[in-house]
Amino acid sequence: MSARIGVVTFPGTLDDQDAARAVQLAGAEPVALWHGDHDLQAVDAVILPGGFSYGDYLRCGAISARSPIMTEVITAAGHGVPVLGICNGFQILCEAHLLPGALTRNESLHFVCRDQTLRIENNRTAWTNAFESDQLITVPLKNGEGNYVADEATLDQLENEGRVVFRYVDVNPNGSRRDIAGICNASGNVVGLMPHPEHAVEELTGPSTDGLKLIASAIAALAGGGVLA
Amino acid sequence: MARVVVDVMLKPEILDPQGRAVQGALGRIGLTGVVDVRQGKQFVIDIDGEIDDDVLAQLHEIAANLLCNPVIENYEMSVDVTGGATPAGEHQGTFVGASSDAVAHANEGQQ
Repeated sequence: MSARIGVVTFPGTLDDQDAARAVQLAGAEPVALWHGDHDLQAVDAVILPGGFSYGDYLRCGAISARSPIMTEVITAAGHGVPVLGICNGFQILCEAHLLPGALTRNESLHFVCRDQTLRIENNRTAWTNAFESDQLITVPLKNGEGNYVADEATLDQLENEGRVVFRYVDVNPNGSRRDIAGICNASGNVVGLMPHPEHAVEELTGPSTDGLKLIASAIAALAGGGVLA
Repeated sequence: MARVVVDVMLKPEILDPQGRAVQGALGRIGLTGVVDVRQGKQFVIDIDGEIDDDVLAQLHEIAANLLCNPVIENYEMSVDVTGGATPAGEHQGTFVGASSDAVAHANEGQQ
């Protein structure tokens, strides 16, 4: 039986359909989850997709982080369930304190949309184990508030614990501290990144099919009986 | 009736690109000598009933963890228990009016 991967829709989510399609193309079963439910429908993993939930009111991801489904996601993450936050999903994970730091307005003040090269700096997480170490991948990036910030002690801790999972290569599109594009929690089951791997799953529409490997990683992690350290 | 005003500002060490853009605009419309602009948010919360210590503690909890993100922002809270709208409204009106006049004056200088 294929892995069941939930994709949460919040009011203002945009990329839930693309995320569900990526899950399907990678060989898993996408399960639609609703922000207002206290029910993860027993999925094996969860994706928080991109978009502008609640119109980015208050702060990006702040209101969604307090939604009923997030109570369940936080509990599940604590039990080792793989959770991936993409763009607005990454912002939600930070606001929910599943990941440290915060995403702020791009240094340039411009909304940036480009095909972005990333380096896989940690290929031991639940969402990156199918990549080679230091592999370069190209996926779309599109955000206005992707500037990752945290205090120096937190940044040092992330670096020392190998929790910088994705780093921008060649161009830092938003002013993120230390070129950080994505990070993970201490146990590697919760991963967040600003770029959009779910838009890089078919030759016809994406710059690569590198995004499929994130889903393949989760499937492998689940088949391996849990999360890698 | 009480009015609670929460001001949220980015911490000093966090870059504020919006404030920087406003600072640039001020220079372009002829206001010289501006050394820094920081942009923040203000929440005005009207509450029916008494603001006792429990409510105050609740308000601080909300201000610290929902209205502001403690990773990047600080907040200041002021409580007006004398009946709300008028004093805070007056303060706000005066402040906005003064700013608008200054900008209008600067615009006239440009023309």
